[in-house]
Amino acid sequence: MTQLTKEQVRHIAKLARLSLTEDEVSRYSKELTSILQYVSVLQEVDTNGVEATAQVTGRTNALRDDVVRSAGTDPEKLLSCSPLPLSDHQIVSPSAHG
Amino acid sequence: MLSALTIAQAHDKLAGREVSSNELVRACIERIEKIDGKINAVVHRNFERALVEANKIDDDKKFDNPLTGIPYLAKDVYCEEGVPTTACSNILREKNYVPPFDSTTTKRLKTAGAISIAKTNTDEFTMGCSTESSCYGVTRNPWDTSRVAGGSSGGSAAGVCAGEGIFALGTDTGGSIRQPAGFCGIAGLRTTYGRTSRFGVMSMASSLDTIGPLCRTVEDLAIVLQAIAGKDPLDATTADMPVPDYRADLKKGMKGIKIGIPKEYLIKGMSNEVEASVKAAAEAFGKLGATLADISLPHTKYALAAYYVLCPCEVSSNMARYDGIRYGHTAGKYKNLLDYYEQVRSTGFGPEVKRRIMIGTYALSAGYYDAYYRQAQKVRTLIGGDFDKAFRSVDVILAPVSPTPAFTIGAHADDPVALYLEDIFMDGAVMAGIPALSVPCGFSGEGLPIGLQLMSARWQESTILRAAHAYEQATEWHKKLPVLN
Repeated sequence: MTQLTKEQVRHIAKLARLSLTEDEVSRYSKELTSILQYVSVLQEVDTNGVEATAQVTGRTNALRDDVVRSAGTDPEKLLSCSPLPLSDHQIVSPSAHG
Repeated sequence: MLSALTIAQAHDKLAGREVSSNELVRACIERIEKIDGKINAVVHRNFERALVEANKIDDDKKFDNPLTGIPYLAKDVYCEEGVPTTACSNILREKNYVPPFDSTTTKRLKTAGAISIAKTNTDEFTMGCSTESSCYGVTRNPWDTSRVAGGSSGGSAAGVCAGEGIFALGTDTGGSIRQPAGFCGIAGLRTTYGRTSRFGVMSMASSLDTIGPLCRTVEDLAIVLQAIAGKDPLDATTADMPVPDYRADLKKGMKGIKIGIPKEYLIKGMSNEVEASVKAAAEAFGKLGATLADISLPHTKYALAAYYVLCPCEVSSNMARYDGIRYGHTAGKYKNLLDYYEQVRSTGFGPEVKRRIMIGTYALSAGYYDAYYRQAQKVRTLIGGDFDKAFRSVDVILAPVSPTPAFTIGAHADDPVALYLEDIFMDGAVMAGIPALSVPCGFSGEGLPIGLQLMSARWQESTILRAAHAYEQATEWHKKLPVLN
């Protein structure tokens, strides 16, 4: 039976760029375990030789001409959605090194 | 009440100059002002712009399209230029994200002359089936305000049910149009995957997400679908399939239609009232000239489990874009980029979104991909195969929408799996990418609506619309309105 320990929950949260309180770690350890137990029923299905669904209606490559076009949106308006300062038409994002 | 008209009725009045679009829009605004405090269906109001559009339409006096001048509600995940759109999440709410572009669907409706008047409540990023995970609080069911309206398109369903708009747009990833439509006693359509464009609609799980209408009648579903269906170069998953005349097809009746009733959908734990209503509906179809047949969809019991692997995996990927850089919530003080990401996401996302991101991150991490995601996609192939086989012998599959009528607010607060089980009858269609709709088929002893689900083969929306329309014409369920004064 899949049991997610608190240590695993902390590791998953780190991968997902979430920081959790100790209360959340306890709660998610319990809840995620119960969800994983529920979905483990899939393991009983014999899927030998069954192809995994890639596109449910069977569409394959959807191609378009490789031409530059305007999306009808003003770049300045897109930039202004950012909560961070702007400089020379770029978003000033936090430094990776602090 | 003007705001409780159907699209077809409102159009007749507009075309006949009995009412103006301005009057229709004002009637909906007044209704929202009067009763929305009781149900919390609306989260952003767009009234001034709506009135400007209505006046322009009234001046033009051209009502060729049945949607011209008709006010509607859009779920809070449809981007509309200049209108706050926040997915009912704190991660977008703080700065009240205002998209600089229109979704294809709201653009198509605008071209037809329909008028968006408000944004409706949803579970955060559509994750849920009760609207309880919205950052604006739960939407209450107009039939009984101690109960949920369903979800995630709960605001759209409750709003249409209560007469706040003539119709609404919703999204259906795992049942989020059909279930709230069922709980509120209105009609709702999940389209074939790729029938309608999702461009500009905030994504949850991209291999499952669909968009569609919630309306007072099946005829109205056909009218809205006509305006929004078809290939969109901006959404590569839309297919270049012919779009039939849905409204004309409604009139074809039930003769020659074969309806399958899957034995796997009559499960333990389903309410007796739901079971009785669905069986009575099947008999009604028989009287209308349809042939009934018992069928089997053997992999049904795995659909929900497959959904709760595939959906969180795709959520964990789609939610990665909410990092506080390009839009939304931000952090005040931070040590470095990693700390910034963690602060923004931890304070911006609510518990259900975090839960799904973590399940998905775990299931997609090294060593688990084959056991979870790939296995679920293989099971999905088997579920799709069940439906393909069934549709070789029947045209329509009939089932309940939900195991019970609307549940009490907070009923599943401590048990996410119990909440997930509410979707049990809806995830088969999701896995198969087929269209499915919900239409009212009765009321419980407590006066709560019960929904009937009809499914058809891919691209055959016409067939279920036609069947549901015939049923609706023969019954009175859709005519009942809740009292909310």
